[in-house]
Amino acid sequence: MNSKKLKVFIVSTFFLLSIIELKASDECFEGFSRSVFKFNMALDDIVIEPIAKGYNKLPSPIKSGTSNFTSNISTLLSIPNSLLQGNLREFGNSVGSVLVNTTVGVLGFLNPAEKIGLKPHKEDVGQTLATYGIGSGCYFVLPVFGPTTVRDSIGLIADTFVDPFAHITLREKEILGISGNNLDYFTVKGTTAVDFRADNENNFKSLEKNSIDLYSSFKSIYLQDRDNKIRNSSENSQDDWGNLDN
Amino acid sequence: MRKLIFLLVSFLIFTSTSLYSYSSNPKEFIVGLVEDAISKLSDKDLTDEEKSEFIEQIALENVDIKALGLYTLGELRKSTEKDKINDYQIAFEKYFLKSLTSRLKDYSASKFEVMSEDKKSSNYTIVNSKIIPEDGSPEIKIDWRIYTKNRDKPLIRDLIVEGLSLARTQREEFSSILSSNNNDIKALILKLTEFVAN
Repeated sequence: MNSKKLKVFIVSTFFLLSIIELKASDECFEGFSRSVFKFNMALDDIVIEPIAKGYNKLPSPIKSGTSNFTSNISTLLSIPNSLLQGNLREFGNSVGSVLVNTTVGVLGFLNPAEKIGLKPHKEDVGQTLATYGIGSGCYFVLPVFGPTTVRDSIGLIADTFVDPFAHITLREKEILGISGNNLDYFTVKGTTAVDFRADNENNFKSLEKNSIDLYSSFKSIYLQDRDNKIRNSSENSQDDWGNLDN
Repeated sequence: MRKLIFLLVSFLIFTSTSLYSYSSNPKEFIVGLVEDAISKLSDKDLTDEEKSEFIEQIALENVDIKALGLYTLGELRKSTEKDKINDYQIAFEKYFLKSLTSRLKDYSASKFEVMSEDKKSSNYTIVNSKIIPEDGSPEIKIDWRIYTKNRDKPLIRDLIVEGLSLARTQREEFSSILSSNNNDIKALILKLTEFVAN
């Protein structure tokens, strides 16, 4: 490594370590994030929401089939991450779920795995880094991708290296004789986003209508959700009501 | 005769004030309250106005709005003068009732099931429940934080929907408004008042 590259490496490492020290509730650059948030909301109004509304009008079996299909593909990312977290039980659950749903469940359009008790938690590199004790770093908003933290944004990039689906599509490698291309990757990811948006149509509407600072509501919801996912729990971790007595 | 009138009036006052009171057992309290709410909100004979009135009444009697207001104010509640806190509480109650009415009026066609309860301390019990939408969409896990200091009158302090605390979300939203206005509670009161007016 020459001296210039070494300097860049050292400066980048110190920069990353210093921002990872920050808490998730700290903002990296709030003004910019708020502008990106506005852009994302406009994009949602113009593109994603109308598609999600159309998607919600599809017959229920088509919607649940699509939802199962994209969920089965996203479970592929949980396999290497469960292993990296040393969680063998979750690793078994993810492998079992993908195998059962891809075969018996007709390429994942059905979800027989859930009926036999295989309900794997979704795991990604951001969560894996958290289990290694790496702090979240500050919070910011990415164009299109939405809310994130320093750790989760690094995880987002790393996901494409450990995800078997990204391996056969984005990197066009062959696994078990299966391969794909970029279009397959972005089609599946886009459909996952639309499916999520359609599932939460009423929640989005209610949040927009009742929030006095929508940016902060989204931030709070994102951070609480990530915390629950890291702990593989749906119970809220914060209990700070104790000293509040009437 | 006077005694009879007195008894009759007392009975009327009692029945009208305890119209929406439920069991003192946290689990049964939630079952009774939600079943009542679902039956009223899905009643097609009731107008939107009647539904709103019902939601407001049920919330005033069974939600600890005062404590929720203080919680959502965060640390500022300790350093703010009493009269300003009172102004805030008045604005918060109006804001809370309006936002609750708006959220609940559209949700009705669902089955409700209470699964368990977890006594956290003498003051708090968490009641675990789930809502099963009739349109086939995935069930929603809802935990209720019940304040049980007064054993005869449990009060709801928070709803945790799929692990997301509504009170915490609200507190962080308020905190952002306060921090961008030099922690001036008047700015928050103004925002709440604007929301109610619109």
